[in-house]
Amino acid sequence: MSIIVDHVNYIYEEDTPLAMKALNDICLTIPDGQFIGIIGHTGSGKSTLMQHLNGLIRASSGHIYFNGKDIYDKDFDSKELRSKVGLVFQYPEHQLFEIDVFSDVCFGPKNLGLDKKEVELRAYDALKKVGLPDELFYQSPFELSGGQKRRVAIAGVLAMKPEVLILDEPTAGLDPKGRYEILQQIRQLQTETGITILLVSHSMEDVAEYVDRIIVMNKGSVMFDDTPRQVFGHYKELEEVGLAAPQMTYVLHELKKRGLDVDVNVTTVEETADTVMQALRLRRI
Amino acid sequence: MGIVKTDNVVYEYFRRDEEGNVEGITTAVDHVNLEIEQGQFIAILGHNGSGKSTLAKHINAILTPTEGTVWVDGMDTSREDKVWDIRQTSGMVFQNPDNQIIGQVVEEDVGFGPENMGIPTRQIWERVEESLKAVGMYAYRKYSPNKLSGGQKQRVSIAGVLAMHPKCIVLDEPTAMLDPNGRKEVIRAVRGLNQVEGVTVILITHYMEEIIHADKVFVMDSGRIAMEGTPRQIFSQVEELQKLRLDVPQVTLLAHELQKRGVDLPNGILTIEELADRLAPIAKRGV
Repeated sequence: MSIIVDHVNYIYEEDTPLAMKALNDICLTIPDGQFIGIIGHTGSGKSTLMQHLNGLIRASSGHIYFNGKDIYDKDFDSKELRSKVGLVFQYPEHQLFEIDVFSDVCFGPKNLGLDKKEVELRAYDALKKVGLPDELFYQSPFELSGGQKRRVAIAGVLAMKPEVLILDEPTAGLDPKGRYEILQQIRQLQTETGITILLVSHSMEDVAEYVDRIIVMNKGSVMFDDTPRQVFGHYKELEEVGLAAPQMTYVLHELKKRGLDVDVNVTTVEETADTVMQALRLRRI
Repeated sequence: MGIVKTDNVVYEYFRRDEEGNVEGITTAVDHVNLEIEQGQFIAILGHNGSGKSTLAKHINAILTPTEGTVWVDGMDTSREDKVWDIRQTSGMVFQNPDNQIIGQVVEEDVGFGPENMGIPTRQIWERVEESLKAVGMYAYRKYSPNKLSGGQKQRVSIAGVLAMHPKCIVLDEPTAMLDPNGRKEVIRAVRGLNQVEGVTVILITHYMEEIIHADKVFVMDSGRIAMEGTPRQIFSQVEELQKLRLDVPQVTLLAHELQKRGVDLPNGILTIEELADRLAPIAKRGV
């Protein structure tokens, strides 16, 4: 059970003078249960790639296999693909529309043609998974805070029971605590259900903290595909393409330059504190 | 009097149900007193819903206070005859770059403001040129705005405000929708305006790293000013900020963590250099 992206190319407005290559020979394997971060500057092709994964955009050439089946086969059920690969767009709260939170989350599963009981069960379950308190279930979604609205929107996708969840900048515009809460909830969801998560993010710090694997997109190609440690080791190259490393990478390189024997490849504050303490203690002995 | 002064400002709005009946009153800004001097770089922090954007909208008379008074360059914002003068004195840049650009060509967009002020054509072009140069976008003056990146569009928006020669610019989360590079470009442009052109800057943001160079920081909570001080004073209070749903820059957090583990560091370290300067001698003599 996995997604395989095999030599995928995508050209906007193909066969016109405006043709522009948005994806260039992408090959990726996305196994079950990984937590993957996708980074890349604006226009690098990351959203275009994500939209290929649930069939919203069709590749100009190449193949995408979902659980071993080619999604471009004539008899492939693309409706099923869309429920199995859930996509949460940027600012998903703009898509809320129902009179109360619970009905909003029911909308997706209802359209799958499930019976009422199953629909409500799924909606309840999804709202629990995103950590929304019960007393908000029958409020208008428009009366909630920014972070709560976003949870409701994510629950709406979760109620479809996807195997893969793609989140396009789920923390944009939230305050620091709101960012932390959403990411913690996503991490918990991932460890509890084993769902595959692709997180598109502009925050190197968040990506460093949460994911197992980073895919770096640049000009429509995959530039790096590795663990956070390895990817951020290339911080000079990342800067050249308009990205950056987490702040801790810069701290560690500066300390190294000043003679502290620190591990420059760690990326979170916690790990940095550990390696700095170790370097300071070594000096004493 | 400073360029912006608020005296016991309160802003209330009615919450209405579906039939339009008043359900209750929300106080978005609650007795705020602040004074900002010409040329200062001011940052306003606060979680979502803390009232910071509502307060910001008072500074160019988009909103007027329910109680109290706001003065912009000595003008009371509740005087309707002064609205246009106030908006020329204090410009505003919003979060979404796509909602603020109207011109088909970058230089036309920047010229829109001064043109509406009735400035002679030759002077409009002069202002467009100097504004675009100030934000580093002069090379793009003939481009169509929809071919620009988010950070570039945001800098064009800033140039558009700058072309009206304001004394003060209010930026409401100008970097929230940008990638790291775009954020850097915008913050660099904003700091340039403040330091080179002497424009008073009021920056609202959720990114703590962006405000370490500010002269003064106000932290808002439930419509009130909960904390005020220099970035160093504010960021020394890691736990208090976290209670207000905020954060500190990662370097400050690292220094705080090391402090907790017994390393002798001062509170409120803000930059990588500062931290390295402190740690290098400690490393030499040992903990």
